Amino acid sequence: QTLKTLKYTPTNSDLKLTPESKVTSYNNFYEFGTGKSDPAEYAHALTIDPWKIKVNGLVNTPFELGYEDLFNQFPLEERIYRLRCVEAWSMVVPWIGFPLSALLKNADIQSSAKYVAFETLHRPDEMRGQSSRFIGGNIPYPYTEGLRLNEAMHPLTILAVGLYGKSLPKQNGAPVRLIVPWKYGFKSIKSIVNIRLTAQEPATTWNLSAPQEYGFYANVNPNVDHPRWSQASERIITSGGLLDQKRIKTQMFNGYADEVAGLYQGMDLRKYY
Amino acid sequence: MTTRVKVIFFKTIIHLIAFGLLSINYYASITDQNGADPVKAIIHFTGIGALNLLLMSLLFSPIAKQLKQPWLMQCRRLVGLYSFCYTTLHILNFWWFELAFDVSLFLSELAQRPYIWLGLLAFLILLCMAMTSPLFVRRKMGAHWQQLHNWVYLAVILVWIHFYWSRKADIGETIIYITVIAFVLLLRKTKIKKWLALPKV
Repeated sequence: QTLKTLKYTPTNSDLKLTPESKVTSYNNFYEFGTGKSDPAEYAHALTIDPWKIKVNGLVNTPFELGYEDLFNQFPLEERIYRLRCVEAWSMVVPWIGFPLSALLKNADIQSSAKYVAFETLHRPDEMRGQSSRFIGGNIPYPYTEGLRLNEAMHPLTILAVGLYGKSLPKQNGAPVRLIVPWKYGFKSIKSIVNIRLTAQEPATTWNLSAPQEYGFYANVNPNVDHPRWSQASERIITSGGLLDQKRIKTQMFNGYADEVAGLYQGMDLRKYY
Repeated sequence: MTTRVKVIFFKTIIHLIAFGLLSINYYASITDQNGADPVKAIIHFTGIGALNLLLMSLLFSPIAKQLKQPWLMQCRRLVGLYSFCYTTLHILNFWWFELAFDVSLFLSELAQRPYIWLGLLAFLILLCMAMTSPLFVRRKMGAHWQQLHNWVYLAVILVWIHFYWSRKADIGETIIYITVIAFVLLLRKTKIKKWLALPKV
């Protein structure tokens, strides 16, 4: 696949980046298979241009964006975030995108809207995992995710259209995906075709699949373990072999507590995990 | 070929495969050529490898009987010991590479995670079997040896549940494994029934 070279505002960060080859070959994207290397192997089948993403629901001006609009309508900026997977590993990725709030503002949200629901493309003839439950891990498709409106409007929440200076490889969720850096990676839904403003909390795929393990909020929280493993620390996926591994303490809200803790004031994060 | 030559030949093949695959996987993981996450790769390889070897060890006696090749039974212990070796490395990999030798995290994970208990229980069964595998111990134990080694049927089921439980959602592979396990256990229907002394209904 040929990737577009993007024009964007670069940024600085002290974090050591995960090598591009690992970012693009170690993916959870069950639409192409449950193995970590399946997406890199099978995502070439996906057509991303033309693309259509709809913004609708409780908005006064619903609209659609096409493939080129994703790269032209909003100024692109680089964001270097740690992506903390619920499986207790993390990567540091230089994403390129724009704040989700910029897109939502264009839709003129109605006051009754409280949540934002996202949906991934459903195209079983190009996404092999959607055509067989044995390949696709037996989770319901299309993949759906959701955020509370104030989470969606938060300046850290972006729609990513690229990484490492180029447009997103298909296995990373081309042409457009969500990135919410203080939440576990599964919230960051890939290959989005629909963004809908709703009054009710939307159903989300992993919550439907295993509600006792994956909550709606899914905030990174070292104090609330997954039922089958500890979330207190994480292994960084970086360059280096077996003998060169690093395990670090997981930070509350993945290190963004100063920016986002206020969103959850008064909430019992054990209950709303 | 004499029986002795056949046994040596077959054991050499077992060594080449079991030790060879292990070496290749460790080499690739240490030099960061085993996928993006060499830790997951080596933990999964030794775990699945241990189950595969355990299942193979259970196929020796039915195959030897079917093909009337009793010398095959002399090779079974080696496969069983390789399964134990893979299991030990599986646990060590988890502790060393996944948890960075963090003792308290290792102990708290062992204590808190039911799917790990099952794996650990299976490991203890394999440990007892490995310790009683030398011929002089076997002779000394008499009939108790077989009784102890019958626990392998429980071990293989525990290992499967541990495997199934560790999965996030994809269970296709685990279904294939339980089918094979059901098959090797069905071959021993009478023996297992006797062993369990199931009450007649």
